[in-house]
Amino acid sequence: MIPLSWYLFLSLILFTIGVLGVLIRRNAIVIFMCIELMLNSVNLALVGFSSYIGNEIGQMLVFFVLVVAAAEVSVGLAIIIAIFRNRLTVNIDEINLLKW
Amino acid sequence: MEWLQKHILTTIIFLPLVGALVISLINSERKNLIKFLGLFFSTLTFALSAYVFLKYEPQKTGFQFVEIYPWIRSLDISYKIGIDGISLLLLVLTTFLTPVGLLATWGSVDKRVKGYVIMFLLLETGMNGVFCALDTFLFYIFWETMLIPMYFIIGIWGGENRIYAAVKFVIYTMVGSLLMLVAIIALGNFASQLNGQFTGDLEKLYEVAPKVALNAQILMFLAFTLSFAIKVPLFPFHTWLPDAHVEAPTAGSVILAGVLLKMGTYGILRFSIPLFPEATFIFLPYIAVLAVIGIIYGALVSFVQPDLKKLVAYSSVSHLGFVVLGLMGLTIESVQGGLIQMVNHGLSTGALFMLVGMIYDRRHTRMIEEFGGLARVTPVYATFFMIVALSSLGLPGLNGFVGEFLILLGSFKSKFLGTTAFSILAASGVILAAVYLLTAYQRIFFGKVTKPENQNIKDLNLREIVSLAFVLIFIVWIGIYPNTFLKKSEPSVKKVVEQMEKYRSGIFRAQK
Amino acid sequence: MHKYIGLALIFPLVGFIINGLFGWRIKKEKVIGWFGSLTVGASFIVSFLIYLELVRLPFYERKFIVEYFSWIKTGGLDISFSYLVDPLSILMAMVVTGVGFLIHIYSIGYMHGDRGFARFFAYLNLFIFMMLTLVLADNYLLMFLGWEGVGLCSYLLIGFWYDKPFEKMTTSDAGRKAFIVNRIGDFGFLIGLFLMYKYFGSLNFNTVFSIANKLQVGDSTVFWITLLLFVGATGKSAQIPLYVWLPDAMAGPTPVSALIHAATMVTAGVYMIARSSVLYALAPTTMEIVAIIGALTAVYAASMGLVQNGIKKVLAYSTISQLGYMFLAMGVGAFSAGIFHLTTHAFFKALLFLGAGAVMHALDNEEDIQKMGGLKAHLPITYKTFFIASLAIAGIPPLSGFFSKDEILWGAYSQGSFWLWLLGAIGAFMTAFYMFRLVALVFETPPRYGAKHPHEAPKVMTLPLIVLGFFSVTAGFIGIPESFGLKNLFHHWLEPAFEDANAKLILESTHSTSTEFMLMFISVLISVGGILLARYLYLKRMNIVAKLTQTFSGVYKLVYNKYYVDEIYDTIVVKPIKWGSEKLLWRFFDVKVIDGIVNGSARVTSIVSSVVRFVQNGIVQFYAVVFLIGILIILWIIF
Repeated sequence: MIPLSWYLFLSLILFTIGVLGVLIRRNAIVIFMCIELMLNSVNLALVGFSSYIGNEIGQMLVFFVLVVAAAEVSVGLAIIIAIFRNRLTVNIDEINLLKW
Repeated sequence: MEWLQKHILTTIIFLPLVGALVISLINSERKNLIKFLGLFFSTLTFALSAYVFLKYEPQKTGFQFVEIYPWIRSLDISYKIGIDGISLLLLVLTTFLTPVGLLATWGSVDKRVKGYVIMFLLLETGMNGVFCALDTFLFYIFWETMLIPMYFIIGIWGGENRIYAAVKFVIYTMVGSLLMLVAIIALGNFASQLNGQFTGDLEKLYEVAPKVALNAQILMFLAFTLSFAIKVPLFPFHTWLPDAHVEAPTAGSVILAGVLLKMGTYGILRFSIPLFPEATFIFLPYIAVLAVIGIIYGALVSFVQPDLKKLVAYSSVSHLGFVVLGLMGLTIESVQGGLIQMVNHGLSTGALFMLVGMIYDRRHTRMIEEFGGLARVTPVYATFFMIVALSSLGLPGLNGFVGEFLILLGSFKSKFLGTTAFSILAASGVILAAVYLLTAYQRIFFGKVTKPENQNIKDLNLREIVSLAFVLIFIVWIGIYPNTFLKKSEPSVKKVVEQMEKYRSGIFRAQK
Repeated sequence: MHKYIGLALIFPLVGFIINGLFGWRIKKEKVIGWFGSLTVGASFIVSFLIYLELVRLPFYERKFIVEYFSWIKTGGLDISFSYLVDPLSILMAMVVTGVGFLIHIYSIGYMHGDRGFARFFAYLNLFIFMMLTLVLADNYLLMFLGWEGVGLCSYLLIGFWYDKPFEKMTTSDAGRKAFIVNRIGDFGFLIGLFLMYKYFGSLNFNTVFSIANKLQVGDSTVFWITLLLFVGATGKSAQIPLYVWLPDAMAGPTPVSALIHAATMVTAGVYMIARSSVLYALAPTTMEIVAIIGALTAVYAASMGLVQNGIKKVLAYSTISQLGYMFLAMGVGAFSAGIFHLTTHAFFKALLFLGAGAVMHALDNEEDIQKMGGLKAHLPITYKTFFIASLAIAGIPPLSGFFSKDEILWGAYSQGSFWLWLLGAIGAFMTAFYMFRLVALVFETPPRYGAKHPHEAPKVMTLPLIVLGFFSVTAGFIGIPESFGLKNLFHHWLEPAFEDANAKLILESTHSTSTEFMLMFISVLISVGGILLARYLYLKRMNIVAKLTQTFSGVYKLVYNKYYVDEIYDTIVVKPIKWGSEKLLWRFFDVKVIDGIVNGSARVTSIVSSVVRFVQNGIVQFYAVVFLIGILIILWIIF
């Protein structure tokens, strides 16, 4: 059986990739995917813990996260498409309207 | 049918919301259909509330038509609604003024009619909810809900300076209501300390709150009352009112003056006074002083207003001062007077705003000096204006007098106020009301027609006459036979007053 | 029959509603006018029938309370639309509807061709309704309804020709002034009611008076109640210091001046005191104040009447002065004498005003008596009736004014003091003088009206003059003083209304009949002197008048300008309030102080945020870095 720590390390790596991606990348879609990555790393940790502890609540939570993520993706992509239609770019340096 | 009878208050609250949803599905080009539907739903709501008015049995103690559904069980917060004689009158007033306001301004709004009607229906839902809610949290939610449509009504359909007015209105109100939210939560907490259960149920809080330590009572009383005082508006928190009124579209002003201001006074009577009796006794004279200042100040300032709408707005400050004085008097006469005065103010000031709107539609100005001699050009308009002005200045036989008289009479003999000075000073507002209203009336309607633009103003059309006539019916009705309404509210008012007298004589403390 | 007292009120109300709502559709003046008049006539008949019923009843049973429906009922307050039928109220009702009916008929002629004809009759009918409410009410609040209602009608009717200029202002200014000054008085009245409710726990006449009956004379609360009610009366009945509205009220059409500002409404204050006689009897200090104010007003107003040039102005001051007499009577406890004077005054003063109206009608609405003269030949009926009325008001026996005025003077002397009597006597002299100055200048001196062609008024106008003339002559006989050895029918009739009050007053009867006769003789002498002096000066020696006005030009100017009271009120009351409200309260306090604080706190917020906002650079990743650092710091703190 694969020990819990492996799952956790994988989850940690995925999460770090996600965080770094959000911080570094400039393409909105990529940033968005990185957010998904972070969510999924959390899911992985939840599932891992759930089977280790033997408590099914962790797996239930994963479903919630999946649903929220799906909703988020649809809204987020819609926003990005709307932005792209307006500005013809998804580079977030050029759509920094959210300032003073 | 049986379902309707059991859930009639819920229906009254949410029927306008249903109307708003229905209207949102209609093509926004079909303006007349939209207006008609708005009128239809609000009239239907009025019909239901009239039914409730007839069915309400004043002799029964406690709240009637109560519906209760748990909402947040662990905190004992529920969807609990019901009415007593106090809220009954205001509920009927609200449901009455909404269709009348819509009808009176049928032609004056032309842009974004759909949104306008929807906002009005949403507003009505919020207002009905405020008067029916028997749970502090539910009350708070309705209280805040109704802010949003009003914000848009002023901000989108208002006059020149509408954004400033709308923001001022919202922020002013928010300041108070956030404090109120804190007090509501604190109150729930005290309930859990004393009874072992956090609660938002007003009836339970009526039992618990007076037992809270005086210091805490004072703080909570102030938080509640500040919120209500801003809404009333009590001097010196009134400066949002003239701005909001001047900028709001006519129907907005009608509702603002007719109903929104009453929420403040209603809140004082429903929450501040019975929840915190001891704090009330401490602050009662100060509030009464502010009320009396408001009466005189509002009247004096309206005397010198060049803008007719501002004049009416400041006169509201004066009239609402009477209401607050009546509530502070805490005698059956004065509180009943305050209650009937709330209704009166809604009717007569609402009608005044409608009248101002009608002339604004024709001449696109509200400056008094722009008019003169209109009695000859528009006799029907002049007649309606006269009657409404007389009602507003408290001529016996019309509604305004009944309220003012009861308030002054009651506060004159009030043990709580302790001195007759309040009543005497306030009575001078009766003189001043005649001064500012008749002066304005004279400058608008009498004398010769000096401006050529005024030569050809059209007199009121049938729709306007009908909408005013509805208001006029009640103006005369309350003036001559106020018992229809006084009877309904008397037992509820009596209960509050007697309770307060009990607290005052310390029976309550002694038992504990 | 007394149960149908409501009919007396309903008829004029129906007239008001029908003429008010549909009058503009009915094109025929005759229909509107006669309909309006007949409603009042009908209510006179009702009152008269009830009077006949009362007469047939035994003396002490002449009192009914007719309750229709409850008006305001809450807490301890229970006010109904209930009416009191007793000798006093039915007398007032008959005066109001009787004189009112005649004046309505007169108006059909006077208002002929006016574009507001229907509106005028609607207002007049409303007035009659309100006035009847006032006099028939069974409680103070209902009385107050009538009290304010007649004030409203007065306001509407003074400003009836709202675009007509009047002196330095317009008629609507005059109307507004009347309403507001009245409201100042009503303020006192209201406070009086509050105090009464607090003290007696009721506003119903019956309850209040029966409690009051058991009180001691000199009760301090009753003193305040009566004083405050009297403040209301000074407003409505134009006494010092609130008389200023009545001269201006002459801006209204003449029938209005006759009905409202002479015969009926202005006497409401007198009626109110008579009705509350029990309370007043308990407060001797108030009585004294009432008497003094009344006597002073009588002289003061008469002095202004001496020099006025407007025909209606003279009559207006005369009205104020006569009302002063009535208050004098009330103040010395001669209640029924006051009511008696009220009744006779209603006849002859209405007649005088209607006569003045006929004169103005003949001269294209000319009011200035300097531009009249010589109308005797052209307006014979008007002249004769006007002359009779002048004799009556001057107090020449055996006309009605003599009996009533003399009774008041006798009361002032016997129950008041010599000084009150003296003031009254001086007033009487002035009255005789200014009335006959008026008669001389209008009718008897050579014509000065230029090219106009005066003509006698139509029958609908002269007929009321004749009827009123008849009553001006004969009305006095119902109240011949007892000292003539006859029964004073008038006093006898009113006795039930005043017996409680009279029992409280210590009425001195030490003065002998011979003193009474002597005073009577003196006062007749005074009146005759005034008349003769006026006729001598204005018909024979106009040059003396001119010389006098020049020698005493300062005094003349002072009196002519009404002692500058209007100007004084304006400077010390009206202007400061206006200035203070605008500059101080509104522009400074409201806009600068309160809104300054409100907008100031908003400004502080926006200044702070204008600095802080630069943190928001719009780069989401920057936010995310800050966010991350924040989390790391928190984790570091926790572990």
